[in-house]
Amino acid sequence: MIKAENLSFSYRGDEGAAAALKKLNIDIAGGEFVAILGHNGSGKSTFAKQLNAILTPEEGRLTVFGIDTSDEGSVFELRKNVGMVFQNPDNQIVATVVEEDVAFGLENLGVPRDEMRRRVDEALKTVRMYDYRLHAPHLLSGGQKQRVAIAGILAMEPKCIVLDEPTAMLDPSGRAEVMETVRRLNREKGITIIHITHYMDEAVKADRCIVMDGGEVVMDGPPAEIFARVEELRALGLDVPQAAELMYELRKRGIDAPEGILRSAPCVEAIAKMYKDRGTANVR
Amino acid sequence: MLRDITLGQYYGVNSPLHRMDPRTKMLWVIYYMTLLFMASSVWEYALMTAFTALAVKASRVPIGFITRGLKPIAILMLLTVGLNLFMTPTGSELWRLGFLKITDDGVVIAAKMAVRLVLLIIGSSLLTLTTSPIVLTGGIERLLAPFARLGLPSHEIAMMMSIALRFIPTLMEETDKIIKAQTSRGADFESGGPIKRVKAMAPILVPLFVGAFRRADELAVAMECRCYRGGSGRTSLRRFAFGRDDLFALIWAVALLAAIITIKVVTR
Repeated sequence: MIKAENLSFSYRGDEGAAAALKKLNIDIAGGEFVAILGHNGSGKSTFAKQLNAILTPEEGRLTVFGIDTSDEGSVFELRKNVGMVFQNPDNQIVATVVEEDVAFGLENLGVPRDEMRRRVDEALKTVRMYDYRLHAPHLLSGGQKQRVAIAGILAMEPKCIVLDEPTAMLDPSGRAEVMETVRRLNREKGITIIHITHYMDEAVKADRCIVMDGGEVVMDGPPAEIFARVEELRALGLDVPQAAELMYELRKRGIDAPEGILRSAPCVEAIAKMYKDRGTANVR
Repeated sequence: MLRDITLGQYYGVNSPLHRMDPRTKMLWVIYYMTLLFMASSVWEYALMTAFTALAVKASRVPIGFITRGLKPIAILMLLTVGLNLFMTPTGSELWRLGFLKITDDGVVIAAKMAVRLVLLIIGSSLLTLTTSPIVLTGGIERLLAPFARLGLPSHEIAMMMSIALRFIPTLMEETDKIIKAQTSRGADFESGGPIKRVKAMAPILVPLFVGAFRRADELAVAMECRCYRGGSGRTSLRRFAFGRDDLFALIWAVALLAAIITIKVVTR
């Protein structure tokens, strides 16, 4: 339940104000898995910071789970419900022991110790880091650190988790770990996920993609629909998933390739089927 | 023990001293130092030495780890012992060379001084050897908590210490990366005199500081996102409780005091 109405925001510097968000209107329902795409400076991180009142609207309104983010009195209530995971896992881990870092948010909220113990263990089990609970965070891999950061948010039992390019500094296996965790949280716990990313193959896994450019929403819809608009995406400086790109190039050359294919497995099947239909060769 | 971090001299084994509450240990060290400075007769020094040996045995820390802590103060010790040995004017003369003389009083005072210094170092390093830095930080916070009413920012001090501990390995890693990056660009940190070498540090320190400030900024935002709002109303995952081992420590403290008083009364 996130509703932005004519949300505007600008950063003020020495050279005047630079508009980062321009009359943004976004509606996100509870339990959705939304990917926000856009190149650098499109306003996507600024929008993320609005969601838990790290930044507040200059004009317009943003309500998150019924709380107006401009209302200073309920800022902690808001942050309890909207967790945030950042790009650099090193710069968001506070404590020197994994389980103490997971407990950090709960300690801030003044949760009693027994309850805290239960929630910390549960969060660590959910992200599959329970066996590492007594480790020092700096000895973990990037993917593991990021999962610890997610556990720290999860322990606060939020309704929504905002991830601001959480995989940008990770290796492929770390990215896979984080994405798997995030999807599971969405499916099993019904937590609303807002995933800001540069990686198109991650966006494909979302229920809905929002493409931002110059502080405005330029595209909004299911991934299959968005990634069919290859030319528009390229004009915005964005990539297209490889499978979708291949299908697009085939169609451009007059081959009857199906639309809406975003991943490699269905792509292989579609190509096999095309060969079969033409009867030219046996791909196997 | 996985709680260990690569910092300090913590030696992780399970012993009564390790199990003690950090607050008890810190208060004990202060108490121990006071007793040590109050000691005057040879008997009292003998008692303190025997007690310290017992504590070292109970800590299950290898003796090598403990003597290692004495090395940095070797020069200070030589100086103190030397000065006391040659400069004590009282007592009967044993040996003389020009203006230097050794008296029997001097020998006794120098010996006491040496024992006092050694015991002081061993006693305080037992604290850091048996308490991990994180637990120590938590203990300091609890210990200083009563002074919060007088305006002492006890929570903030502990938070700063624990964040520093958290970021030391991260910043060390970063320093290493910067050194490698600058070396690959032709920076020379190895040759030249001391002044040239210090100057060569600038290309390391500048990016390190810039990076540290950037990290601090991001960490502050991340902490705010997790509802951090200072020390008031905070609870803690870690339990600090007065246990059986702390009770023993208290009994030992009383016993030691009683023994010292007895010696003082008897030898008067």
